[in-house]
Amino acid sequence: MPIVWAEGLKKEYTIKTKAGPLRRKSVRREALRGVSFSLEAGELVGYIGPNGAGKSTTIKILSGILTPDGGACQVLGRTPWKERVRHARHIGVVFGQRSQLWWDLPVADSFALLRDIYRLSEAEYRRTLKELADALDLAPLLATPVRQLSLGQRMRCELAASLLHEPELLFLDEPTIGLDAATKLSVRDFILRINREKGTTVILTTHDMDDVEALCRRVMVIGEGRLLLDGDVAALRGDDEERILTCELACPAREATLPYPLLSREEDRNRLTLRFSPARVHAATLISALNEYGLRDVTIEHTPIERVVARLYERLEKAGEGA
Amino acid sequence: MRPYWAFFRTRFLALLQYRAAAIAGIGTQWLFGFVRVMALWAFYQSAGTAQPMAFEQAAVYTWLGQAMLGMLPWNIERKIGESVRTGSVAYELSRPLDLYAMWFARCMALRSAPTLLRAVPQFLISIFLIPAPFGMRFGGPEFAGWLAALPGALLLSSAVTALMNASLFWTVTGDGVIRLGPVLVLIFSGMTVPLKLLPDWAQTFLFFQPFMGLVDGPAQILAGSMPLARLPLLIALQWGWAAAFIAAGRLVLRRGLTRLEVAGG
Amino acid sequence: MNAIRLYFRLVRVSLRTQMAYRASFSVQMLANIATTLADFFAVFAFFQRFGALGHWSFAQVAVFYGMANASLALSELWLRGFDIFERHVQSGDFDRYLIRPRSAFLQVLGADFQLLRLGRTGVGLITSFWGLSQLAPGWQASEWALFFLAILGGNFFYGGVVLVRAMVSVWTVQSLELFNMITYGGVETAQYPLDIYTGFLRRFFFGIVPLAATNYWPLSYLFRQPDASALLAWLSPLICLGVFLLGWIAWHIGVKHYRSTGS
Repeated sequence: MPIVWAEGLKKEYTIKTKAGPLRRKSVRREALRGVSFSLEAGELVGYIGPNGAGKSTTIKILSGILTPDGGACQVLGRTPWKERVRHARHIGVVFGQRSQLWWDLPVADSFALLRDIYRLSEAEYRRTLKELADALDLAPLLATPVRQLSLGQRMRCELAASLLHEPELLFLDEPTIGLDAATKLSVRDFILRINREKGTTVILTTHDMDDVEALCRRVMVIGEGRLLLDGDVAALRGDDEERILTCELACPAREATLPYPLLSREEDRNRLTLRFSPARVHAATLISALNEYGLRDVTIEHTPIERVVARLYERLEKAGEGA
Repeated sequence: MRPYWAFFRTRFLALLQYRAAAIAGIGTQWLFGFVRVMALWAFYQSAGTAQPMAFEQAAVYTWLGQAMLGMLPWNIERKIGESVRTGSVAYELSRPLDLYAMWFARCMALRSAPTLLRAVPQFLISIFLIPAPFGMRFGGPEFAGWLAALPGALLLSSAVTALMNASLFWTVTGDGVIRLGPVLVLIFSGMTVPLKLLPDWAQTFLFFQPFMGLVDGPAQILAGSMPLARLPLLIALQWGWAAAFIAAGRLVLRRGLTRLEVAGG
Repeated sequence: MNAIRLYFRLVRVSLRTQMAYRASFSVQMLANIATTLADFFAVFAFFQRFGALGHWSFAQVAVFYGMANASLALSELWLRGFDIFERHVQSGDFDRYLIRPRSAFLQVLGADFQLLRLGRTGVGLITSFWGLSQLAPGWQASEWALFFLAILGGNFFYGGVVLVRAMVSVWTVQSLELFNMITYGGVETAQYPLDIYTGFLRRFFFGIVPLAATNYWPLSYLFRQPDASALLAWLSPLICLGVFLLGWIAWHIGVKHYRSTGS
């Protein structure tokens, strides 16, 4: 049985704008136009999309904050907005941009308050706190007031705070935003760990595609209130994938003649950069052709996933204009 | 003068945008005015003897006080306050401008734009919608006299506001000044009780103290409870006290900046 | 941990936060006291000048004044979170309350217990007691009880208005200042016995918004006024509680609207 099941979720906002000194115009905007998906227990899924696509609306519905206008949804066997309080006991939420800790209190006091809010027994609380403190290296931070923590330290505490009550389902909204490279990696490691070891189901919304590639097998892409894609991260790249070949030649790059269907070609003295589709020309063909010009060094890369996603959004916009 | 005029104008026009807040505020001010006028009416009904000002005059005084509430130095220019608190005020020194004059221009905008927004409708309501003797009724010469006393009140109020801002260089003291200062101003400007209705033995002091020129003087001119012959003295007092507050403000600002340099190393 | 204990736990946290900025707290509390005293100074000055206010004496008006201020300040003390509800919504704090397995009302209530309002509460109570000590009314125990119930009632009355305001803030944050007409304007009005007013003001605060229940009806009975009604006096705290209940319902309607619109 799926842990999260959503069918045709709809949500519409009314935005009031000033049309004159007294008149006000309301514009309706569909944030979700029928979103359906389901998650199995233990999945770690990336949920991406441009700003305003409906990501946070979906999260707000699944976490019980918002009531949808249409559609059905079951999370852990409950309808989130109908049984908000009981539902809340079983989910954890981290908003990267907002803190759930008490700003002026030491971290330990915030945790103790959450213990009381979630009605945890002292034994339960001690055990999970110890586990989390070890995994996230929190011991040196516990006595520090939250306002004195660095962003990275705070994020580690936020993760612990959202997991103290051992939720089955964890929502992470931009958990790595603004973090330095090292902290980013350790946060990712931790997310993987709780997913593998505790079997916590994780829904990760992010703008950082590296997060998605590093953590998720499955990705859902939302745009203009619709799910555009739901599948393997590999599927995100699609069939007509591009490769980028960068090489260093013995002669100036403009001397190389390559009679093959290329997507683009850039030259910079001896350096040549080609974009091509492996469906139309093989990498091996290109390399053997380049060999004639004294190939010194070559790398072939996938398209950066950012560009794949950007193109996906672009296509979407065009489709939107066509409709 | 040009750059300071520009500072004034920019801030003035920006503050004029807060129309919705002003309209909502008028309701509260109208109620306060009405309650005070009616309480005064009840007091006047109970009084056996003649009073230093007639009820009609006290009514004009009260309505005017509500209308011109924004001109009281009751808050600070927030942006200046922040720049002092964060220390970014030091960067302002790199401009070839007189920092105090710039502050003064912005404070003057703060004291005038919101007042203009609230005063006009308030005047119209209390003149045309509130029946005599509760409403605001005044003669032409008194109105002209009030207009003549207005610039002095604005200057004085802006100078006090600028001084309050400058006090923020001293965090705790400044906090005290901007929170407790307005209470003193409310009492000594005549905003809580018309100064004339306070005990007779205190009248000389009350007339010459700095805050009389903010509300009480102009309001009494408009109400007709202060003879127009006293107008020149009133204006002289306003401008004199304004000059004193400007001097004090400049001094405090200079001290504050020195302090900042010492602290900043 | 049950709801009441959790509430006090949250309140303790809120108090600790305020104590973390002790200097600022002291100054604010001092200003709160000074402002209340300045208003009372006005009442005092008017009595010095005019001698009496209709059939009311200075000591009696001091009791009216004290009760009105104590009631409002009490409501500000424990319901501050609703007074700034739009800030909880805009900052996203309210969303966070909703993803916790606890009553959202309780969490807003516990988030902000504004201790500095004790200043005005204290000034109000002291003023009332001073007035009563001058009057030596010789009340029986039940009459003293009514007096204190009325102060609590007033606190619920102003609290109810604040809750309605919080509901409206879900729809629009403009013109919220209008509610100050009933809270701050209400205190300004009720610091004098309401029968000194006439016309619209009187109809409004006796009928439409029952401000009279906060102190006028109970006190005119306790001060043995010829036209006072014992029934109205004893009903007053209940009427105020009714206003609070209305506010409580209104707030929940606001939350429901918020959760269905997300605005």
